[in-house]
Amino acid sequence: MLQPTDPLVQLTSAGIERSGRWLVRGVDLSVRSGEIVTLIGPNGSGKSTTAKMALGVLKPSEGSAVRREGLRVGYVPQKISVDWTLPLTVARFMSLTGKVAPADAVRAMEATGIMHHQHAEVRNLSGGEFQRAMLARAIARKPDLMVLDEPVQGVDFSGEISLYDLIKRIRDEIGCGVLLISHDLHVVMAATDKVICLNGHVCCQGTPTAVAESAAYKQLFGPRASATLAVYEHDHDHTHLADGRVRHADGSITEHCHPDDGHHHDHAGHDHSGHDHSGHDRSHSHGHASGNTGGGVSNA
Amino acid sequence: MLDDYFTRAILAGIGMAVVAGPLGCFIVWRRLAYFGDTLSHAALLGVAMAFLFQINVTLAVFVVSAAVSVALVLLQRRATLSSDALLGLLSHSSLALGLVVLSSMTWLRIDLMGFLFGDILSVSRLDIGIIWGGGLAVLAVLVLIWRPLFAATVNQELAEAEGMNPDRANFIFMLLMATVIAISMKIVGVLLITAMLIIPAAAARRFACGPEQMAIIAILMGATSVGLGLGASREWDTQSGPAIVVAALGLFLISLTPLAAWLANIRISKAAAPAARE
Repeated sequence: MLQPTDPLVQLTSAGIERSGRWLVRGVDLSVRSGEIVTLIGPNGSGKSTTAKMALGVLKPSEGSAVRREGLRVGYVPQKISVDWTLPLTVARFMSLTGKVAPADAVRAMEATGIMHHQHAEVRNLSGGEFQRAMLARAIARKPDLMVLDEPVQGVDFSGEISLYDLIKRIRDEIGCGVLLISHDLHVVMAATDKVICLNGHVCCQGTPTAVAESAAYKQLFGPRASATLAVYEHDHDHTHLADGRVRHADGSITEHCHPDDGHHHDHAGHDHSGHDHSGHDRSHSHGHASGNTGGGVSNA
Repeated sequence: MLDDYFTRAILAGIGMAVVAGPLGCFIVWRRLAYFGDTLSHAALLGVAMAFLFQINVTLAVFVVSAAVSVALVLLQRRATLSSDALLGLLSHSSLALGLVVLSSMTWLRIDLMGFLFGDILSVSRLDIGIIWGGGLAVLAVLVLIWRPLFAATVNQELAEAEGMNPDRANFIFMLLMATVIAISMKIVGVLLITAMLIIPAAAARRFACGPEQMAIIAILMGATSVGLGLGASREWDTQSGPAIVVAALGLFLISLTPLAAWLANIRISKAAAPAARE
């Protein structure tokens, strides 16, 4: 059994197989109290699957997923569709999976800026408003661990900044761990302690570079956003080709890319802010993202 | 008071509406309308089994309905066919099996119409006791599993992730449905049970602004339909079971008028008023 100082949730070389295909494999990941872990990766890279393993919704086909005993979870799924036949107001939505003190519900709704919609039915909310309602519901539970699957999708840019600020504030206030899936491949929350890049396996992990350090990004995002957003710069030594094969830095091409093959680079800390990778292009040549569409650019 | 057949019919009907309302809401929310049909058809197989093995009809109907529910859950896990295809498969095969078994017992002449449409005017005091006793027991269990069942209705994974046990709640819900089909079959008959589950709940939707509220309004709708239907059947000497359903249909049609939206709006503004004062 895990001790209180242990991670809230720990995945150890966990993978999910469906009809002979590995959706994701060899994932090592842990989230501790007060820690924000961000998952990034292209579509179909297994981000949501990994989150569901961490939540216990999916049982890993190999490896293990261990959660702390009595862990209180607040989950914001990627999407929920609420049928017309369901009369569900925002206020009632707050206590969907457990009793919530009215004061906590009100505070959560005020913090996310949906207080004025509390008597509205959730199906009538816009996409961004519904995301806020889901986030409010997760917060109102006062969870030990929040799992947020693209929590800012459909939210406009300034709203995105304020929701990221809110997530950080909640983390600071109640000291929960946060497992966050980013909808953006490169831009993550500045408060992120650890970024894990997935593409069917863990490609690389490290800490993000604060936008504030880079004048160019500061200009791009604006002064307020640059305090909240960060950039995760990553180069890979292999590229996933359109046909599923993998081209490596040395030019060789193999059928598959397994986590235990040692293809993926694993620099200490993967922190690009302090040093430069000689031989690597420091621009965002994320081979996996473009590789899926057939236009892969190799870093080599 | 219970000496009057009409009073007994009203009591039995209202007892059924009380339990059908909240269950019917879940049927509507989960798009399981065809599940009610499937269970009703399975009930016919239950009737056939009861005659074949000389056992109590209600018990046999419950056993067969529960078996079909469990079969559905197990087949859904396999996930080779979609739910509606599975429901169709179970529905038609249990109906056909029931008819085959019934027709094989050539010495038996039973009134199929009676089981299809029921006879609420012939319920005994014991029937009323069973309906209310069984109905309240079903409601008590439903209250216990309400939160996980409702959370799973909104989103199964969310409920599971946050430490609920939606599979157990779903399974209990299926058994409750089988129980209700078994105890109410004699009153409205198998074909009309589905109607009593769905129509009052559907009629309640536009008046409701919360799930619990919708369940209570569905009960009131069902009870009103029973009263109106039985009254009309006495007045104009029509069949009582179908008359109840027609009355429920009338209420549903009323719910489509602006009246329902107007009533719901009043409640929302009432609910909003105290919040605005804060």
